[in-house]
Amino acid sequence: MSVLAKRDYSLLGKDGAAAVEKGLAAAEWYHTDVPRKELKDLMRRTDAPAIRDTAIWIGCLALFGGAAAYLWPSWWSAPLWLAYGVLYGSAGDSRWHECGHGTAFKTPWMNDVVYHIGSFMIFRNPVVWRWSHTRHHSDTIIVGRDPEVAVMRPPAARRLLLNLFGIADTLAGIRLMLIHASGRLHPEEETYVPKEEAPKAIRVARVWVAIYAATAAAAVSMNSILPFMLIGLPRLYGAWHHIVTGVLQHGGLADDVLDHRLNSRTVYMNPVSRFIYWNMNYHVEHHMFPMVPYHALPKLHELIKHDLPEPDRSMRSAFSDMLPVLRRQLRYEDVFMVRRLPDSAKPYRAELHDVEAPARKSEAGNVTLARCLHA
Amino acid sequence: MSRWLDVCTPDDIEQEDLIRFDHEGRTFAVYRSADDEFFCTDGLCTHEQVHLEDGLVMDNIIECPKHNGRFDYRTGEAKGAPACVDLNTYPVKVENGRVMIQA
Repeated sequence: MSVLAKRDYSLLGKDGAAAVEKGLAAAEWYHTDVPRKELKDLMRRTDAPAIRDTAIWIGCLALFGGAAAYLWPSWWSAPLWLAYGVLYGSAGDSRWHECGHGTAFKTPWMNDVVYHIGSFMIFRNPVVWRWSHTRHHSDTIIVGRDPEVAVMRPPAARRLLLNLFGIADTLAGIRLMLIHASGRLHPEEETYVPKEEAPKAIRVARVWVAIYAATAAAAVSMNSILPFMLIGLPRLYGAWHHIVTGVLQHGGLADDVLDHRLNSRTVYMNPVSRFIYWNMNYHVEHHMFPMVPYHALPKLHELIKHDLPEPDRSMRSAFSDMLPVLRRQLRYEDVFMVRRLPDSAKPYRAELHDVEAPARKSEAGNVTLARCLHA
Repeated sequence: MSRWLDVCTPDDIEQEDLIRFDHEGRTFAVYRSADDEFFCTDGLCTHEQVHLEDGLVMDNIIECPKHNGRFDYRTGEAKGAPACVDLNTYPVKVENGRVMIQA
């Protein structure tokens, strides 16, 4: 009985090379057919929704942050910090994401400004992560190719728990910021960031180091951590919402496939979470048509849902489906969910991937645990 | 040697849109601007060779449907990451009710 090795998520490892050999890198993905005219309408750019949302976002940051700082160090400031933290450490993630795609605003400089603010908040170098996310869209959850796999197999449970408080990602972000500020990129980053882009990444990292140094100087002079409560620490105490929503994007689903219906998840969410997350709960739709702005994703969903798996009705329902699969993946990493398609959908393409059988055998040699139908 | 190739009628391309045109193993993108001018570039994005036919045409820009790489379709100029290499452009004329490209 042959047993395949565990997954190697390193971009410099053997699974990445194998993915290229198998034609999984920069491959052609399945798309639901959408008439060109309707797609053009959905892709159309406008500034108004993102200006409105950004004004609310910045206004709330100023309001909650200002009030919390005013009440500091009273415990009455705690709920204000919680709100400020989520707007900083979680909404910063979605603003980074949407503006990185250049779809949130019609006006390019507005996308760029908010992209840089979000990148700073979330500790992601805006140059490096633009290329990282480009790769994520080319090779979504292709092992050894995708640098943004949040839930690996087996799931790194400790890391995920630490990241509820932003700890692992922030430590990695600080380390990378210092590497960049020293004048180089990480070797893995060099696999997807063109050489000519490196100086820009280094320049940004040095500006960030200067900002954190100024924050530290302010903290010392005030003999208080208040400056860090406003800058830096919210990446930790406000990270939980982007982790809770983010793990649902691809967690427990297939890897090494070329159909976003198999490796991405759409979840209906409450309006507050959708504001913080900028509609990325429509994640299958986003990956299939990344040109469609966040504010048009609900319309896109209505247009193509006949061809997609039934969405999860709530975050609670999505977690109740996903968590048992993640638990099983701790022992049998080949287990994954295959979500049932409606009768109106085009079937999963057998020529691209065999969803009935696991792509690889687990260490236990089990080849039958691949299918876990979504109710 | 380049020659004039018959692509389509002007009305086959909507304003602020493009169509794909394939010829002898090559693929092109032919654009109609908001001002009813016609332009032609290579069909594949220089970033990852994704065809531009499903992209968004807006204010003289074609945006790649996969990674949002942006090009000025009048000049082929790449307008920023992840599009770093310019597109080739080709002369276009409208003659006797036909859009022609020289390629």
